[in-house]
Amino acid sequence: MHELSLIANLFEILEEKAAEKEAKRILSVKLQVGLLSGAVPELLKTSFDIYKKDTIAAEAELEIIEVPFKVECNVCQTQMIKDDLVAVCDACGSIDLKTLQGTDLFLLKMDVEI
Amino acid sequence: MIKKEVLVLKDLLGSNKAVAKEIREQLSARGILVLNLISSPGAGKTSLLEALADLLRPEFSMAVIEGDIETERDAERIRAKGIPAWQITTGGACHLEAKMIGKLSPEIPEGLDFLFIENVGNLVCPASFDLGETIRCVLLSTPEGDDKPKKYPQVFNSSHCLLLTKTDLVPPLPFDIELARSEALEINPGLQTFALSSVSGAGMREFADYLIASLHKLRQDHA
Repeated sequence: MHELSLIANLFEILEEKAAEKEAKRILSVKLQVGLLSGAVPELLKTSFDIYKKDTIAAEAELEIIEVPFKVECNVCQTQMIKDDLVAVCDACGSIDLKTLQGTDLFLLKMDVEI
Repeated sequence: MIKKEVLVLKDLLGSNKAVAKEIREQLSARGILVLNLISSPGAGKTSLLEALADLLRPEFSMAVIEGDIETERDAERIRAKGIPAWQITTGGACHLEAKMIGKLSPEIPEGLDFLFIENVGNLVCPASFDLGETIRCVLLSTPEGDDKPKKYPQVFNSSHCLLLTKTDLVPPLPFDIELARSEALEINPGLQTFALSSVSGAGMREFADYLIASLHKLRQDHA
């Protein structure tokens, strides 16, 4: 359950950006969550709702865009979506793959009232 | 009400990654090899360090940062071997973060060879947090079962080396060392793997030699 730590990091960024834009409050927050980022979307939502109380985002909604795990084969350059980290190329059987997306967590945008 | 959309595009782990990068650069420049040991509770991280101390010293020096939810027990065990140790008690948090290591880095003595960070016992959460290590080691002990790599893939995927520990218990334990090794390699073909026992000493020399070779490589790269 490290989602609360991730949400604490999120609020550091939110508060900094809100201050920069002189926002009165944050209305909504959009996150991009890689399916193999190690964070569970449901737990991020729960953590967000716990953390937001008495902050500038007290009434904000959290929206999560889930991003599949996508790799590219370094041998035959085929790109493919995978369900797990067991990495074998569907096209040529190589295990030499590079991750393109699906392991990161990004704050994409927020809507604020100014 | 005036509503405004603010585009951000920032990595939630960005601040941790930045601190970790700084730690890695500073300690590597000082010629210190930093290892982050990750495993379930009771996989044998502290016993491994005690056994390694007998193989690495006196030729090489080592220090240990211990991460636990509560108590100073692991740090006391390490200090009893005459090794400098710092205890971080997280008070409930399930993993260490780079800023916790960053706070200690001014205290790391000059001329040190190896700095081991023993993470909080947990095979899940520590995988997401870079601590500034050069080598991440995941430990899997034989009592835990040989099916763990595919059940907890992220930590095996993000590690540089795999230590299969407590091999002295096989048999009687039905742990298939080759199965665990091959399933871990399917997740991460680049893993260096070692099967060892800090009780019998089997495989320990090979792992110590890997650490010494890694230290020499680090110093060549930063010469």
